Amino acid sequence: MPGTPALTEATYYILLSLYSPRHGYGIMQQTEELSSGRVRLAAGTLYGALNTLCDKGWIVLKTMDEDSRRKEYLLTDKGRQVLINEVKRLKELARNGEMILGEEF
Amino acid sequence: MERKTMSRWFWVWQFEKEEEWLNEMAASGWVLESVGFCRYTFVRCNPGEYTVRTEMHPYDDNYVRFMEETGAEYIGRMMMWIYFRKKTEDGVFDLYSDIDSKISHLDRIGKVLTGIGGANLIIGVVNSLNPGARLGWINLLCATLLMYGLGRIHGKKEALEKERELHE
Repeated sequence: MPGTPALTEATYYILLSLYSPRHGYGIMQQTEELSSGRVRLAAGTLYGALNTLCDKGWIVLKTMDEDSRRKEYLLTDKGRQVLINEVKRLKELARNGEMILGEEF
Repeated sequence: MERKTMSRWFWVWQFEKEEEWLNEMAASGWVLESVGFCRYTFVRCNPGEYTVRTEMHPYDDNYVRFMEETGAEYIGRMMMWIYFRKKTEDGVFDLYSDIDSKISHLDRIGKVLTGIGGANLIIGVVNSLNPGARLGWINLLCATLLMYGLGRIHGKKEALEKERELHE
């Protein structure tokens, strides 16, 4: 965990969305829902990120959805570990922020 | 359906301006229907019914299919440039939502300009050294223009990189 580079918001939400199998549009919807509309993934950004994440082995192309013939992706064990480390890192950030700014909340 | 075709020239570093113009057309009730070399064909739509986006993207069927799955409509492509539109009522339509992917788009444009510019430079120099060939200056002119374009693209990229120092 020490020295693990931070994930971008897009990467973080894509990985999180793929805890269950989803296709591209499903990832966009899930991300928007999880972040209450704050984070919107544009399709071009998502397409590039999905290819990179597949190459890294953090997600895997699951199957074609039989009905819609859309590609579905799923988080791998490696991706899950990356996500767990990132949540630990984010907790540390939030903890330190609250500790110093505590009285302002 | 009422249609009209317009001719417009945009330099490669003006792709945002081109997109802006296409969206002004859509806002005034003319949405892009097809593209040709410097030619744009529009068809009547309700004012503001569509958002139009363009980007440089190598030929990739999977990408077009992916975009269509997210509700975008493929309009066509002109050389390396690809055009999409989406109904405004289906939500905000952008191709890139973070600085990293905007930078990779600019990198893609830069690579193409470097490739074509470099080829023109070599051909231009070879032709200029060859007394039999008289048209080397055309290649050198093209190379200069492409290198200028590369500089403009690089400037956009630097601005984004500066922004990225503070946030993503």
